Amino acid sequence: MLRWVGRGRLWTFARVDGGSCHRREAPTGSTSNWIRGQSSVAQQPLCMTQKPRKGEHKWAAVVGLEIHAQISSNSKLFSGSQVRFSAPPNSLVSFFDASLPGTLPVLNRRCVEAAVMTGLALNCHINKKSLFDRKHYFYADLPAGYQITQQRLPIAVNGSLTYGVCAGKKQSQVIPKTVRIKQIQLEQDSGKSLHDDLRSQTLIDLNRAGVGLLEVVLEPDLSCGEEAATAVRELQLILQALGTSQANMAEGQLRVDANISVHHPGEPLGVRTEVKNLNSIRFLAKAIDYEIQRQINELENGGEILNETRSFHYQLGCTMSMRDKEGKQDYRFMPEPNLPPLVLYDATSLPAGADPQQVINIDQIRETLPELPSVTRERLVQQYGMLLEHSFTLLNEVGLLEFFQNVIKETRAEPKKVTSWVLNTFLGYLKQQNLAVSESPVTPSALAELLDLLDSRTISSAAAKQVFEELWKREGKTPGQIVSEKQLELMEDRGALEQLCHSMMEAHPQVVMDLKKGNPRAINKLIGLVRKATQSRADPAMIKEILEKKLSS
Amino acid sequence: MLGRTLQEVSAALKQGQITPTELCQKCLSLIKKTKFLNAYITVSEEVALKQAEESEKRYKNGQSLGDLDGIPVAVKDNFSTSGIETTCASNMLKGYIPPYNATVVQKLLDQGALLMGKTNLDEFAMGSGSTDGIFGPVKNPWSYSKQYREKRKQNPHSKNEDSDWLITGGSSGGSAAAVSAFTCYAALGSDTGGSTRNPAAHCGLVGFKPSYGLVSRHGLIPLVNSMDVPGILTRCVDDAAIVLGALAGPDPKDSTTVHDPINKPFMLPSLADVSKLCIGIPKEYLIPELSSEVRSLWSKAADLFESEGAKVLEVSLPHTSYSIVCYHVLCTSEVASNMARFDGLQYGHRCDINVSTEAMYAATRREGFNDVVRGRILSGNFFLLKENYENYFVKAQKVRRLIANDFVNAFNSGVDVLLTPTTLSEAVPYLEFIKEDNRTRSAQDDIFTQAVNMAGLPAVSIPVALSNQGLPIGLQFIGRAFCDQQLLTVAKWFEKQVQFPVIQLQELMDDCSAVLENEKSASVSLKQ
Repeated sequence: MLRWVGRGRLWTFARVDGGSCHRREAPTGSTSNWIRGQSSVAQQPLCMTQKPRKGEHKWAAVVGLEIHAQISSNSKLFSGSQVRFSAPPNSLVSFFDASLPGTLPVLNRRCVEAAVMTGLALNCHINKKSLFDRKHYFYADLPAGYQITQQRLPIAVNGSLTYGVCAGKKQSQVIPKTVRIKQIQLEQDSGKSLHDDLRSQTLIDLNRAGVGLLEVVLEPDLSCGEEAATAVRELQLILQALGTSQANMAEGQLRVDANISVHHPGEPLGVRTEVKNLNSIRFLAKAIDYEIQRQINELENGGEILNETRSFHYQLGCTMSMRDKEGKQDYRFMPEPNLPPLVLYDATSLPAGADPQQVINIDQIRETLPELPSVTRERLVQQYGMLLEHSFTLLNEVGLLEFFQNVIKETRAEPKKVTSWVLNTFLGYLKQQNLAVSESPVTPSALAELLDLLDSRTISSAAAKQVFEELWKREGKTPGQIVSEKQLELMEDRGALEQLCHSMMEAHPQVVMDLKKGNPRAINKLIGLVRKATQSRADPAMIKEILEKKLSS
Repeated sequence: MLGRTLQEVSAALKQGQITPTELCQKCLSLIKKTKFLNAYITVSEEVALKQAEESEKRYKNGQSLGDLDGIPVAVKDNFSTSGIETTCASNMLKGYIPPYNATVVQKLLDQGALLMGKTNLDEFAMGSGSTDGIFGPVKNPWSYSKQYREKRKQNPHSKNEDSDWLITGGSSGGSAAAVSAFTCYAALGSDTGGSTRNPAAHCGLVGFKPSYGLVSRHGLIPLVNSMDVPGILTRCVDDAAIVLGALAGPDPKDSTTVHDPINKPFMLPSLADVSKLCIGIPKEYLIPELSSEVRSLWSKAADLFESEGAKVLEVSLPHTSYSIVCYHVLCTSEVASNMARFDGLQYGHRCDINVSTEAMYAATRREGFNDVVRGRILSGNFFLLKENYENYFVKAQKVRRLIANDFVNAFNSGVDVLLTPTTLSEAVPYLEFIKEDNRTRSAQDDIFTQAVNMAGLPAVSIPVALSNQGLPIGLQFIGRAFCDQQLLTVAKWFEKQVQFPVIQLQELMDDCSAVLENEKSASVSLKQ
């Protein structure tokens, strides 16, 4: 590790969260009073700030995001070093990454393709010519003293991202929303500084230095934490579907900075703050909502908002001024002289006889785009007749869609049944135990077999639940084995069941009396008693039919 | 043997007249004798002898790698050399040993060349005298030549000889002195605004700046990325072409090298006839500061072409007068950026101060860089400030385009090569030179050379004749982009006509009498 000792360091440490919060990052309904949406008009902000008190203006929040997504590639943006998370410190550092004098950047084709792909998926205009710039600042984990980025002419501009926000009484209604994308630029990641306050030293790890990033800049079209969180989640799904980024926030592959201001609608925008250090979607929503409320409180109490950078403190749940910059930084942008303009082609501009290794064809990349999440959801709704919000849940949980599709493939059960089991029972168990789909003790095949047994009426729903619980214990038994061991098959013997009903009626004359007096609901009690006696193996419908027949006779 | 050209000594090696080890040892011994010139910062004796041994084996086995096999060369100390200290004549990089070879260095080694050492320069190649590096100034071998000394004896005003030595020009003065004093047969310089051509002119050598993009910059510690090119210093044009042949070509490690196939190797035909040639004389290069001697040689050279049947045209490069200011803005801006990496963290000098990161950066950079470098960083950062960027950097870029277009227009009007002076005058004594500061000197000395860098064109300085003081004067030929071979072909013809005299350093090398074997006399003298 490179190290140097310094006492009065003035940098703050960007914490990398080692926790597993990324799995639970589906936006949760906020509890603050102003966030609930009342309006479902498409272009109106879903979350209109606080309920205005009488004689008071409403506040509206304006939120824009800058999202850095680490490109999923074998090597770095401008060097041949490998890209790998949690490799030993400084083990993935080329001479260029360490900025040894005389080294030059060489653009990684894969990173360009990833940028084009992402741009296309986000409805961007792809610039056939884009440029690289140097952005200068001194920082220990930026070895060259500048970052190569695309400030003047980025690779993609003017796109849009459509996402769905849940609304309605049970959050079961999905309202489509759109946020405009200003630009997508290719740039280098920095290294990592690890501050050891005890020894008053800073350790530098350059493994991350020079990894390709896509900076996605969203226009300030968002108005609350939930919108921001949902938009980021959608972007995350898109990047993962494209394979252009693993977009795992906990591993720092997706990092979000939020620009936040509040104003009264119809009046000029307020002074904005930038909130950094948002390393999970849940914290993103929390931080934004906190910051909006803080700004409103500040302004209502006669204070003013400073144009500053704030950091979200996830333990305290609040944002705090970073005070890391003394005055404004001037990045002294300059064209990167070592990289010629990045020129892309399409089918019409592709020069005849061009070496395919030396050119990138936008149209060719367009053809290879995989199915995007929004299309997948539509397909699920169409194909399996599920509700739109179910399709959202299926996509939001990592691996859940694949699990669902594998079950569907192997079972005869109705898709609706499968949807219900996967989303209610299966997901319920997972959530209860805080497990990822990949950690599930129940395989898709096992669930499929279970649903087949249910579908063929071999077992009752109640028995099926019991089998599922057994499966969850991970004892290696198949649903069929469990059913036969526990004798959970439905009672097929009508005579025996009739006998059981008869004795049950005799044992409970009071209930029979009630029934005859005209209380039809009393029959449920009898049904329950019979079921209990059969250990839930009998079909309740059949019990009811037998009982009714006997009562009327 | 030492006084011969690269081509001649290459032939001698092939014929077995001398072995690479013998040649290497002769050069090493001369390097020691001429140590006072301060041409070398590092002499890589062991490396060179080992390479010579390997080369010798190849010759014995009849497996020579080509014209450069066994040829002693030197490399300016701003090219990265694996395992050999690379300082840029700066405290900042003192003790820095790169883990890799610059592409051009690697190519020379791959061709069997022997690396004699790393040559002196102005700190980070910022200067035009080779006087502003931490290892002290380079002395021009011509200061000790018979030609110069005899002239000085005739001059009753001449002062103490020892303190009156001449500068080499720069910033590749170490490379120029190394070739000029016969310690090697070719040397790499770098050329950002004239740093190869200027010392070549002052040291009586051929100094060639290839087209931008023809030769890889990977491993060359940058001054101005968009103008830097590795330069070649040799004793004759054919030698420059041989070295260019070894160096030219695309490099996957340098994205600014061009991929178009280039005619290789750069064999130069001997022009029998120049009647189809059109030589342009840019009128804006005739400026009052130009010494009368240089002006006169320039016009004689033009006359020579005309008398041999070439068409000689006066052309206009109308934006020439803005060039040096424009160069200053662009150069310092890139310098400010390129120097940002020297922060004392990864490599190079680091101060003892550890109060804070910023304090450590500041002290490291204050201690590591000289005033010239710091001055350029300061002005460059000023030009790049948000409030100044449009007014300085962007404007300078626009002017740069106009300057490049001037050349395009001249060439489009039918001109094949341009002929200009390389420098305002011959080399001046050190004590004279340091009367002006580095910035003033650079502005004066780069006047005829830097526009070429802004346009990315190939240019070569050819020694023409000795001045009244017995010092070399060079003229510059400028060619079309990537027409390096054509440019050198014209230069070769001209070189043959002028028969520039060989430096006479017998007192320096009393036991290296071989130098006299090859003495040439001027058959067509352009001298006044």
